[in-house]
Amino acid sequence: MSTFPYFPHTEEDVRRMLEKVGVGDLTSLYGDVPAEFLRTQPYDLPSAKSEEEVLSIFEDLGKKNVPLKVFVGQGSYDHYTPSVIPYLTQRSEFLTAYTPYQAEISQGTLRYIFEYQSMICSLTGMDVSNASMYDGPTAAAEAMMMGLACTRKKTRVLLSRTLLPHVTAVVENYARFHGVAIGYVECEDGVSSIQSMKDELAVGDVAAVILPSVNRFGIIEDLEGFADAIHEAKALAVQYCDPSALAVLRSPAEWGMDVAVGDGQPLGIPLSWGGPYVGFMACRKDYVRKLPGRIVGQTTDKEGRRCFVLTLQAREQHIRREKATSNICSNESLMALWVTIYLSVMGPEGMRKVNTLSYGGAHCLKDKLLCTGLFEEAFPGKPFLKEFTLLSKVPSETLQKALLEGGFFAALPLGIKVGDKEMVSFTVTERRTGEEIDSLVEVIKNVKP
Amino acid sequence: MSKVLEGLLYSESHEWVRMEGDIAVIGVSDYAQHSMGALTYVDLPEVGDTFEQGESFGALESVKAASELYTPVSGEVTEVNEELEDEPEAVNNDPYGAWIIKIAVEDKSQLDALMGPEAYNTYTESL
Amino acid sequence: MKYYDKLIFELSKESRTAFSLPEDKFGGNLSDIPSDLRRKEGPLLPEVSEVDVVRHYTNLSQMNFGVDTGFYPLGSCTMKYNPKINEQVSSMPAFARLHPLQPECSVKGALEMVDALDGALAEITGMKHFTFLPCAGAHGELTGLMIMRQYHMARHDEGRVKVIVPDSAHGTNPASAAVAGLQVVTVKSKENGLIDVEALRDLLGDDIAGIMMTNPNTLGLFEKDIKEIASLVHGCGGLLYYDGANMNPLLGMVRPGDMGFDIMHLNLHKTFSTPHGGGGPGSGPVGVAEHLVQFLPTTKVSGFHGNFAVMMRAYAYILMLGKENLPLAGQYATLSANYIKESLRDAYKLPIDSICKHEFVFDGLIDDGSAHAPDGVGATTLDVAKRLLDFSFHAPTIYFPLLFHQALMIEPTETESVETMDSFIDVMHRIAQEASEDPMILRSAPHNAPITRPDETTAARNPVLKYQDTI
Repeated sequence: MSTFPYFPHTEEDVRRMLEKVGVGDLTSLYGDVPAEFLRTQPYDLPSAKSEEEVLSIFEDLGKKNVPLKVFVGQGSYDHYTPSVIPYLTQRSEFLTAYTPYQAEISQGTLRYIFEYQSMICSLTGMDVSNASMYDGPTAAAEAMMMGLACTRKKTRVLLSRTLLPHVTAVVENYARFHGVAIGYVECEDGVSSIQSMKDELAVGDVAAVILPSVNRFGIIEDLEGFADAIHEAKALAVQYCDPSALAVLRSPAEWGMDVAVGDGQPLGIPLSWGGPYVGFMACRKDYVRKLPGRIVGQTTDKEGRRCFVLTLQAREQHIRREKATSNICSNESLMALWVTIYLSVMGPEGMRKVNTLSYGGAHCLKDKLLCTGLFEEAFPGKPFLKEFTLLSKVPSETLQKALLEGGFFAALPLGIKVGDKEMVSFTVTERRTGEEIDSLVEVIKNVKP
Repeated sequence: MSKVLEGLLYSESHEWVRMEGDIAVIGVSDYAQHSMGALTYVDLPEVGDTFEQGESFGALESVKAASELYTPVSGEVTEVNEELEDEPEAVNNDPYGAWIIKIAVEDKSQLDALMGPEAYNTYTESL
Repeated sequence: MKYYDKLIFELSKESRTAFSLPEDKFGGNLSDIPSDLRRKEGPLLPEVSEVDVVRHYTNLSQMNFGVDTGFYPLGSCTMKYNPKINEQVSSMPAFARLHPLQPECSVKGALEMVDALDGALAEITGMKHFTFLPCAGAHGELTGLMIMRQYHMARHDEGRVKVIVPDSAHGTNPASAAVAGLQVVTVKSKENGLIDVEALRDLLGDDIAGIMMTNPNTLGLFEKDIKEIASLVHGCGGLLYYDGANMNPLLGMVRPGDMGFDIMHLNLHKTFSTPHGGGGPGSGPVGVAEHLVQFLPTTKVSGFHGNFAVMMRAYAYILMLGKENLPLAGQYATLSANYIKESLRDAYKLPIDSICKHEFVFDGLIDDGSAHAPDGVGATTLDVAKRLLDFSFHAPTIYFPLLFHQALMIEPTETESVETMDSFIDVMHRIAQEASEDPMILRSAPHNAPITRPDETTAARNPVLKYQDTI
């Protein structure tokens, strides 16, 4: 018998255990499996490898990726990760624990979730937050389901056309299978049209409306009056937001919203080709019984000491089964810890500074790009923070090719044309330096239209 | 053994009904509250909601369980016991005093399907 | 483990900072944004130093129990050892810095890794291809059921709106079905813990979209009638969904595809050793048989490409084990579960006497000691679980599956030594002994954990859900 580092079994151990169980060999443990299903052939897979060999396989794969300076957001933002975060989140007491079902030996996990909920509530202005969702788009889909659960018997949900496309796609997909009709709030000059929303609400049967600010064009939408109109129609007002931007922008609660959702990725989570990230979801306390996912609450132990537990569990699938609002079980707990440590490190001042730097860099880049003469404003005068949209006179393919050769990922085409010009999206975070901005502009200047 | 009150009608899903004219006062039995344990929340409908016989009109929640509430009769909700919102434990303390909703009964013949105290007692003992 | 009582907010002191950002060279001014769009007051966040942050979270971690702390026999969760090379691989900058929308030509290494993982999982399960979008097991179930419905819709067979779920199923199964717009029909288990095939037969018809099965089921028993079940369900036009939460014991031995399953998910954070992270991130890739491959890309269920860094860990695990060791993982997991079951059946009720797979279920203590309790109440499964914590073991899964009132579900996994299991067995015997002599020791446990039992009723009746509620 060969030995392997993750299996502590010696030949003697196996023999002793088999004896206790009363079978002659390991395969006899599968005596209840019909013989036709028992494999006799080994897998057609490579042989076991050493750590060094495995590392070099991944290093070789890594070399096939092209390192690029990222000037694109669209739901995934290249913000800086303070070095204490990977250090602390790798502590195995956090990393190798499961869901804190045994509160007495899970106070570490329960406490950081409580802190996370507090920080999400602080950023969104909401009363309650859950312990996390998979990502922003699925959190939006869960908000749709929550709207349906809160409004009994309604069957329509409205989405703004200015939501990020991957958010819309996920919500539409959940809706299609759940039997929900989707209506749209049209886009007018880069923002959600309140008139269009009112027209759709007037059709009736609307359970929830999902609106973004900041939106897919990077525009900070003015949502004045939206929540009132939604409430008149007895529907839930949901805002999809960037939590990093919320440190300086008007909060969903201040806009009168009932539910706030979004992706926690901009809070220091590496791009990591799209995951793992963390969805967040917070609401007003009237709706807490319909909020999906886990929730941690404070209580006391028998000695009267402050402690924390999973609470309001009667909402969840392991108790409610098919009557639960959501099927979520595992969430993104470790990424919630990531975000919690990030916000602790940054504090209110760091968050303001990240936004100021990104804002400054983005506005600087936009001005320089307009100076090249290759772009026009897509939405003149609309306020933005770190992400903006321009109309490119150069075909986006030509632009992309030159940028890739120059080592940049920028000017992402949004698939929208205005005349013969194409909308392209740029983002600048605090990680981008003045030099990087200048060399990006240099590359673009040299593009032959 | 759980308490069964005389003068009430009982359903298989452990709701009790007391008729006051055309109004059915509905709560849950001692057996139901006992099997749920300490209640933490009572999910109530709104006045004006209408329910068909056998339809779920709300739920009881404890720390580790949830139990749907089913109306034994069809009709419109005329009143809900709002005190239960802040004090769900009232159902534990006095299940026959802490009514949950009142419904304007459309068809009294629906009551015929319910059990009397003796039959309900036999029923719970068989569970 | 020791009790530590701070929240990060309580360490805050105005104008302390822990961040490190470059000097502002752009001179941007946020007050150029219209004031109606801006926040009036800064958010309530802690103002702490870097040392504060590090000590605080280190102290929190020391109130936690993980697989690296000790034995974690949590049934249906497959708490196997999480190899450290996985962590090294998943944080490689060559992958961590990739933006999800980068052009394909710049992410060839990532794409090749996904292809290789797809191929390996297809070989291990007998499926044709996987989608990696789902972020967890329940998310995989939902995706799989969407594929199931899409298949029927494409055949203009929209009347198939019901899905059959055994009464022993994970709670996520019926919940996922409801989210996917399907009605749940429950099929009962027989006394031997297996699906009642006759009862199943009566449920079949042209309104059935399919069946969701876990095999081995949540009692750890192999559904040996699977061939007949597959032929019945397929015969009525339905599909078979395999809940891969319990795939671990089948590694190298049995493939879901060979048993007739059409769609399945895997929990990479269970069978493929990626860490559970206190409840995520996981990864729940969904595999389909060849005839369903066309339906794979039609379901957009998460933002980008799924939990990529989790997928990297799983691939590293498969490479490390190789074809030689993957089957041993399954066999040793099965051996360990049977060893513990046989060693403890003298003290705990074993409702079904049969060879199990990776896990098994006791129905509480044989002698709960009620005769010795002043109030006549004996020790329950909850009390056994809490007492285990005093001996530095994590508790098994309790009160699931719902088939038994005192369910105690034990899954040891293949990474535990016989010595570890022997000491667990000794402690479980000691607890049974304590219960029969003085159940109050169990009912007041744990005695050595950072806290004693929390008041969960008050927590639910008067929810305090954020720091702001406490000040």
